[in-house]
Amino acid sequence: MDNAAELVIQARNLTKRFGQLTAVDHLDLNVPRSIIYGFLGPNGSGKTTAIRMLCGLLTPSEGSANVLGFDVPGDANPLKSRIGYMTQKFSLYGDLTVLENLRFIADVYSYPRAERKSRIDDLLDRYDLGKQMKQLAGTMSGGQKQRLALACAVLNKPELLLLDEPTSAVDPKSRRDFWAKLFALADAGTTILVSTHYMDEAERCHRLAILDHGRKVADGSPAELQASTGMSVIEVLADSPWAAQNELNTMPEVKSVTQLGIRLRVLVPESATDPLSLVSGKLSALGMNAECSIVAASLEDVFVAVTLKDSDQEQAA
Amino acid sequence: MKSASRIYAVVKKELLQLRRDRLTFAMIVGIPVMQMLLFGFAINTDVRNLVSAVADQSNSHLSRQFVAELGQTQVLDMKYEVATAQELEELLRTGQISVGVFIPEDFDRRSLDTSRSAAHLLVDGVDPTIFGVASQLREIPLRFDAGDKSRKEAAAIEVRPYYNSEKRSAIFVIPGLIGIILTLTMMLFTAVAVVREREHGNLELLINTPVSTTQLMIGKVIPYIAIGLIQLAIIITVGSLLFKVPVRGSVVELYLAALVFIAANLSLGLFVSTVVKSQFQAIQITIFFLLPSILLSGFVFPFDGMPKIIQYIGEILPNTHFIRLTRGIMLRDAALSEMYQEVIALGVFTAVAMTAAVLRFTKRLD
Repeated sequence: MDNAAELVIQARNLTKRFGQLTAVDHLDLNVPRSIIYGFLGPNGSGKTTAIRMLCGLLTPSEGSANVLGFDVPGDANPLKSRIGYMTQKFSLYGDLTVLENLRFIADVYSYPRAERKSRIDDLLDRYDLGKQMKQLAGTMSGGQKQRLALACAVLNKPELLLLDEPTSAVDPKSRRDFWAKLFALADAGTTILVSTHYMDEAERCHRLAILDHGRKVADGSPAELQASTGMSVIEVLADSPWAAQNELNTMPEVKSVTQLGIRLRVLVPESATDPLSLVSGKLSALGMNAECSIVAASLEDVFVAVTLKDSDQEQAA
Repeated sequence: MKSASRIYAVVKKELLQLRRDRLTFAMIVGIPVMQMLLFGFAINTDVRNLVSAVADQSNSHLSRQFVAELGQTQVLDMKYEVATAQELEELLRTGQISVGVFIPEDFDRRSLDTSRSAAHLLVDGVDPTIFGVASQLREIPLRFDAGDKSRKEAAAIEVRPYYNSEKRSAIFVIPGLIGIILTLTMMLFTAVAVVREREHGNLELLINTPVSTTQLMIGKVIPYIAIGLIQLAIIITVGSLLFKVPVRGSVVELYLAALVFIAANLSLGLFVSTVVKSQFQAIQITIFFLLPSILLSGFVFPFDGMPKIIQYIGEILPNTHFIRLTRGIMLRDAALSEMYQEVIALGVFTAVAMTAAVLRFTKRLD
């Protein structure tokens, strides 16, 4: 991180307002080369807007960004041939075949004529689209469309790939295969910025930024984030989890209770003394039969913890 | 009762959606009011002020009185005075006048001679309305000889139709139809072609590729230019085979004129595509524009018959200029160079619409 030349994306105070709404709020970002960097956040947290600003599609209201050494949006044009972008919504031509779409993209990027055929054959093979070659893109399944979109995004061998919720329309199996493809690309030197609202996907990223209401509320590797939530996570196995949850929510020390089937995950600040007996004491005092234990924070716990902080600040302000 | 409340729910939802679609809402009010005002005034088969020229070779007291009488009918608007019948024909051919009044040297003597006509009206016979109105001028009496009642005065003026002597309506309609068909297809195709990409999300992908705005626009327009020229070929062929509509002038010049006209409509289509948000809106705007292109361009009703203010609106429409060009080239064997003003008007329209389209289309989403 201390070597600035190795940063593929640098953003300072990147802000975008739409009227009253601040979609992205003073975002600072450092993305090093050849890693998969995740944007984790709920819908409306500013992921798409941030990505659109980084590729020059939207003009920031404030702040600046440097992508691959180019200032955006000022220098966005020379940048276009060096980045690949996969939109949230399928944006290739549904009334063209897979092959026609790939050829169109190759021509638009002025991909060398002589190598075009071998490049497209290679992509059809790598992204398992050989059989669908002559099929209209609009008639394909979600997973096939997504593979085609990725094939088109990487066709011109971009240094940086921006993927906006690429897996939101596909099944878990396709998602796993898709991530295998992303790791292969990262291994070959491509930097990938991917937005998601799936925790399991966020866990696969090398580094990640958690966005909430347009603000970056945490960033680091998944392990770093899990180690520094500032919260103790207590897992409660209760006979009547719903009643227990309601009781725990009344305690001022308890910041959040999430029910997962018959289990509850309770977040208590690390500053609290002996959080385990605090929770189990409360439940046994009420005559509830519960088994409590301290567990490691999951990424979802991290997410809940950091977005809690955020809303606390909001209330204070 | 349940069925009524369900119908009510759908009606309410429909009205709510309609209220939010401001263009449709404007169309509901705008189409009837604007089009009625426009066409109510414009559609006038009782034509006045046909642009005319007079060649008075007699230049006698009688002939001057006759010209003055013609003027008083207000049917003719005497714009030019020329010396010969050839000059009248030239003005007629280049489309500068609709009616030429020819008064021969021996007008005084002829007006006494019941066997010969005293004056000739040279009428552009392409438009049957104009021809009909001009023919009514035969009724003007020649008052110089109040005593002689036996004379058939109507025969004193001979009306000669030019360019459509058989008065076939196909000859009037088909050259104008080219403009209507091209306006509809060119404008609609381009407007929808761009909006469709926006609706389908293709545009977000495209503007992230190295393709520039100009390249995108030119690339989108070229196929439709070819389509327009093919349509022109079809209309000319069918028109000549089935309806015997001639191309008396140069086919090459007809194509050149069509190219400029297609460019004008494509530019307008591109501009529309940058304004509207959906394909449906693109279609609405096209229809909104197509109606005046049919009714105010001289396609159906004589241009000269419309009030001045409506004529100015008509002059803005590319189709007005194109219809003058097609009728000129196809029916009157006029050369493009003789009608250069119409070509310039189309060129200016194209430049303005194209500039507006490029300015409005940015490679950004905001």
